[in-house]
Amino acid sequence: MIEAQPTTNITPDTLVPETQKMKANGYRLVQMCASRLPEGLEVNYTFDKDCAFANLRILIAAESPSLPSVSGVYWAALLYENEMHDLYGIQFPGLVLDFKGNFYKVAKKHAFNEAASCTAPAKS
Amino acid sequence: MSLFPMTGTILKSLFRKPATRAYPFVKRPHIAKTRGSIEIKIDACIYCGMCARKCPTTAITVDRATRTWSIDRLRCITCNGCVDVCPVNKKAPGSCLAMRESYTTPTGTRETEHHQGPEKAPAAAPKA
Amino acid sequence: MANRTIIPFGPQHPVLPEPIHLDLVVEDERVIEAIPSIGFIHRGLEKLVEKKDFIDFTYVAERICGICSFIHGQTYCQGIEEIMQLQVPDRAKALRTIWGEMSRLHSHLLWLGLMADAFGFESLFMHCWRLRETLLDEIEATTGGRVIFGSCKVGGTRRDVTDAKLAEIVRILDGMEQEIRDITGVFMSDSTVKHRMRGVGIITKEEAQALGAVGPTLRASGVAQDMRTLGYAFFNKINFKTITRTEGDCQARCEVRIDELFASIDIIRQVVAQMPGGAVDVEVKGNPNGEFFSRVEQPRGEVVYYIKANGTKNLQRFRARTPTFANLAPLVKMLQGCDLADVPVMALTIDPCISCTER
Repeated sequence: MIEAQPTTNITPDTLVPETQKMKANGYRLVQMCASRLPEGLEVNYTFDKDCAFANLRILIAAESPSLPSVSGVYWAALLYENEMHDLYGIQFPGLVLDFKGNFYKVAKKHAFNEAASCTAPAKS
Repeated sequence: MSLFPMTGTILKSLFRKPATRAYPFVKRPHIAKTRGSIEIKIDACIYCGMCARKCPTTAITVDRATRTWSIDRLRCITCNGCVDVCPVNKKAPGSCLAMRESYTTPTGTRETEHHQGPEKAPAAAPKA
Repeated sequence: MANRTIIPFGPQHPVLPEPIHLDLVVEDERVIEAIPSIGFIHRGLEKLVEKKDFIDFTYVAERICGICSFIHGQTYCQGIEEIMQLQVPDRAKALRTIWGEMSRLHSHLLWLGLMADAFGFESLFMHCWRLRETLLDEIEATTGGRVIFGSCKVGGTRRDVTDAKLAEIVRILDGMEQEIRDITGVFMSDSTVKHRMRGVGIITKEEAQALGAVGPTLRASGVAQDMRTLGYAFFNKINFKTITRTEGDCQARCEVRIDELFASIDIIRQVVAQMPGGAVDVEVKGNPNGEFFSRVEQPRGEVVYYIKANGTKNLQRFRARTPTFANLAPLVKMLQGCDLADVPVMALTIDPCISCTER
């Protein structure tokens, strides 16, 4: 075991206050990413303080997804949010710098939001 | 702060042999164990197709019917994956697929390299 | 108010042959704002995980980046091993540490060369790369590849290195250490070099943390954070100090990397001195089921791999956040208010690797 990785499940309403709490406690934003699961989109917000790991997790619907932007709290989040917008089609109202879908030049819009063929559960 | 921090290095370089080689007259020797290019001893091949299935870039194709083993050298990333999975190699390493130290020669056209295996040895006479 | 002009920087620029584009809003010679845009070569490797089985994906992970390729493979394998609870043999962990540090050495030497090239010191650039060449030969002799090592696999390493060869590497590094000291002394003390870097592109400690900087960019601002202190691979048995500087300018970022060169040589020496014997791999049975954020210190900083598996042979989600992605925000911040002539130097001090950023 390299490190413990505690994860807290939150909802879109509490996202911004929780992130502000993280920032106030001196956490650094490590990464943000979305994953397409059979039940919807799971978005992870990873933080770090002196190599101690913390993760916030939100599950939202895959159809026309939307989340409040945290780029007002962590400015660097705008890169991650633009990335998620281009690959998953998640809308981020309040994004400080919106590339309007031109952050990645992709041939197919929101390709990562398609349910993968392999996400079926394992045969036991 | 020293005034001429580079001077020592410059003087050393002046009396040292050049760091580069006079290529094409002096060629760099191949380092042993280098992943250069894939070579096949086609006589030993059993046409199981494991190498083709495991190839990350699908550079290899194996045809059991015509007994050919083909490789697109420009697609091959010399990852050594096919050498690792070859069942013939499991019995005797390097007896079928092997990694050569030498690289493939540069080319301007994309070509698939075919290796035609020998005719199937007549199977032992079916027991009547 | 002076006239505002927008000057495009990149995607093809002499100092940085990688496709990042910056829109520099300038007033006379002063940059007011920089707007980055990447995505010219987005390859969608994260999606490829749905087609490749989790063991074969190591080849893809290794090829995300051409400079820190080994550490990419190591990060991926460590993540899978953590999910599957594999007990990797100590010798494999030690070899990974040695190869990881060798790639840090060659990456930093490469960067120092590019840095010298950025401010026009051609001969210094060539001397840095001459030293790197010796190292690349040793890497090739132990792994079979000069750039793509291809020696890491899930469950251990694909090759073993004899103890005699390890002793030889240490001998070669001993010889290189003085040469590296001579060359890097130029970066540390030459007045023309300092003139280009000292006091340029300052990022304060608070800014570095708030903007999520990683690696030498973070440590040069006085934050002692190095993922190697997590003790993955062999690092729990090694004594090493996290190298920091407090100035936060380009010179500080350069000095952090120079000191890391000597720290890496020392780490390799320590690993070889306590090299465990035994096998270098374990058999991998079954499929992974679970998730893990694999965090490893690359030459450019912390890389994060998020791996989510559901018990099938294909992973459900693979996400790589490379250090350059995290360092883009600090770069944009440091460009605000700088001189136009300093932009290439600053862009280079975060050691940008755009191709791995876009995966």
